[in-house]
Amino acid sequence: MKQIFSVALVAAITSAVPGVALAETIKVGVIAPFSGPFAIYGKQYQQAIETYVAQNGTSAGDHEIEFIYKDVGGPNPDQSRSLAQELLIRDQVDYLAGFTFTPNAFAVAPLIEQSQTPTVIFNAATSSINSGSEFFLRTSYTLWQVTAPLAEWAYDQGMRTAVTTVTDYGPGIDAEKAFKAAFEAKGGQVLDQIRMPLSTTDFTPFIQSVREQSPDALFTFLPGGPPTFTYTKTYNENGLAAEGIKFLGTAETEEVNLQGLGDEALGLSTAYHYSGAHDSEANAAFKAKLVELFPDAVANWASVGAYDGTHLIYQMVAAAGSDGPAAVKSALGLEWESPRGPLTMDPETRTVIQNVYIREVERDADSGLLVNREKGVIATVGDLGWDQ
Amino acid sequence: MTLFLNIAVDGIAYGMILFMISVGLSITMGLMRVVNLAHGGFALLGGTFAHWLAQENGMPFWPAAVLAVLVTVIVSLPLERVIFRRIYDFGDLQQVLATIGLTFLMIASVNLWQGSSLLSIPLPDSLKQSVDLGFRTLPVHRLVVIAVGFASILGLWLLLDKTLFGIRLRAAVDNRSTASALGIDTDWIFMAAFGLGAGFAALGGILGAEILPIDAYYPVRYMVLFLIVVAVGGMGSIAGSFIAALGLGLLETATRYLVPDVSTIAFYALVIILLAMRPQGLLGRAHA
Repeated sequence: MKQIFSVALVAAITSAVPGVALAETIKVGVIAPFSGPFAIYGKQYQQAIETYVAQNGTSAGDHEIEFIYKDVGGPNPDQSRSLAQELLIRDQVDYLAGFTFTPNAFAVAPLIEQSQTPTVIFNAATSSINSGSEFFLRTSYTLWQVTAPLAEWAYDQGMRTAVTTVTDYGPGIDAEKAFKAAFEAKGGQVLDQIRMPLSTTDFTPFIQSVREQSPDALFTFLPGGPPTFTYTKTYNENGLAAEGIKFLGTAETEEVNLQGLGDEALGLSTAYHYSGAHDSEANAAFKAKLVELFPDAVANWASVGAYDGTHLIYQMVAAAGSDGPAAVKSALGLEWESPRGPLTMDPETRTVIQNVYIREVERDADSGLLVNREKGVIATVGDLGWDQ
Repeated sequence: MTLFLNIAVDGIAYGMILFMISVGLSITMGLMRVVNLAHGGFALLGGTFAHWLAQENGMPFWPAAVLAVLVTVIVSLPLERVIFRRIYDFGDLQQVLATIGLTFLMIASVNLWQGSSLLSIPLPDSLKQSVDLGFRTLPVHRLVVIAVGFASILGLWLLLDKTLFGIRLRAAVDNRSTASALGIDTDWIFMAAFGLGAGFAALGGILGAEILPIDAYYPVRYMVLFLIVVAVGGMGSIAGSFIAALGLGLLETATRYLVPDVSTIAFYALVIILLAMRPQGLLGRAHA
């Protein structure tokens, strides 16, 4: 009883006197899918977190850090909210992290606002999430952040006309708008905007329609996995590359499914914030440790988002312990070198400012595997969708 | 004019893929009348074996495909003897529950074995090429699927309508105890028919993988597609499935060319209208 009292007293003192560094155990609740069709995300987050812990130890500043994982299953806002509640009330977590899907992140906004819990988004890429609460910090990217630079780059490369084909759901429509706005602002022309149903299995009709219009570029946004596989195959088989219609994408060639796309993926150009083939010491160290711990793991945007998110949490814990508002304050403007390149936490949008790379799929001569080779870099892009 | 040719070519090519992935189901569900939601599971197993043989062990495409189909049949036979045999006499709902449970088991097994990323089946160069049709090109593998589709419908028609096996199978399905009393080994007939269905499921999974790529969640992702083909075609009719698959392929392709933004709504609305007018499907027989 006495012990419980003293723990409570310590907790009371630390929360009452911010900035006083008293050693305590900080708990981080990670909400992500660990089962079902999206289980790969949760697995990658956990692997990235464990990689970071293996490199940096379990303590930040004077505090020990402990992670608690909760399975949200898939895009399920109700479940996300009740898991967050459980973590905050029963497990008494000081930080939340994870969040693959936009609705899951939106659902916890009122909770973290009330409990003043810093929440690090590892993925969910819709700009407006961060306006839901001051306590959201995002270490992934937003669709505008990668799409707008891609459109501008395409124009600078001499492409003047484009057709967009996006999957007809939230992120697809965001990407379509971002591309059109940026491409037309430069003076380019979007000839046609095709929205493809989420259930599409045969993309030939859409690809043929694009071919008839013979634009300079074909911008596309697809959910990962099977649709991307079929789409890129169809793009190649119908000879669009030979007709000079350039493929422009973002996450389509991400590393987990890249080998599965096969030779069809060769030459596809994308703009994105992380390539597994990024040539830097930080990336080499990250990948080496990841593969040492998990021989089957493949580093991609999801793992790097979680890895940087973990770094951010460590920094916040070292600076402010369990004091939520102080932790967020300490994170704003923070700069660090990530496996993807240099990052800055934007004080205004609370999404990282980062380099966006123009990449092309190539077969690596040494490993024989397909890689996203970086061909150009658009330096330090913030969240361009913040004001939209 | 080009538009109509495009719709015709793509529609038939896509329709034939639909036929190939659902013909196994029209054998088990249509002919044997077991609500076999595990159909996609057998297609997944076929595709996974083919991936494992071709991609990971470097076997050429055709031998890998044939071997994968055979292995799937071999896996399906004990399943029929141990599990499906008990399911035949269940009511519809119990069959749904039992077979969907089996599907989840297959998904989890493949997930454990190969993970949840795409399981590609590398095609030989001869199938990767495109053929010039004059006004456009078409990939060779789609022509192969069309040819295999025609061969399958012809082979099945001969097997089910012209051979003793076919006659016995239809007799056994219509009245099992009478057939059995007449000296037909119905256990064997059912097992063979079930293996045939599983084999076609695997073949469809492998050949259709260019459009409907294999991954652990394949059975759930495309279940609606298989069921629509069999429902529209009419239970128990292979020819019905064939006509339905081609019709649906043409319909879906046409809506995607002409009204891309509302193509899914247009497609399902037409299917609903068709089933409202012909609840038995195109060539279905009304069961007593």
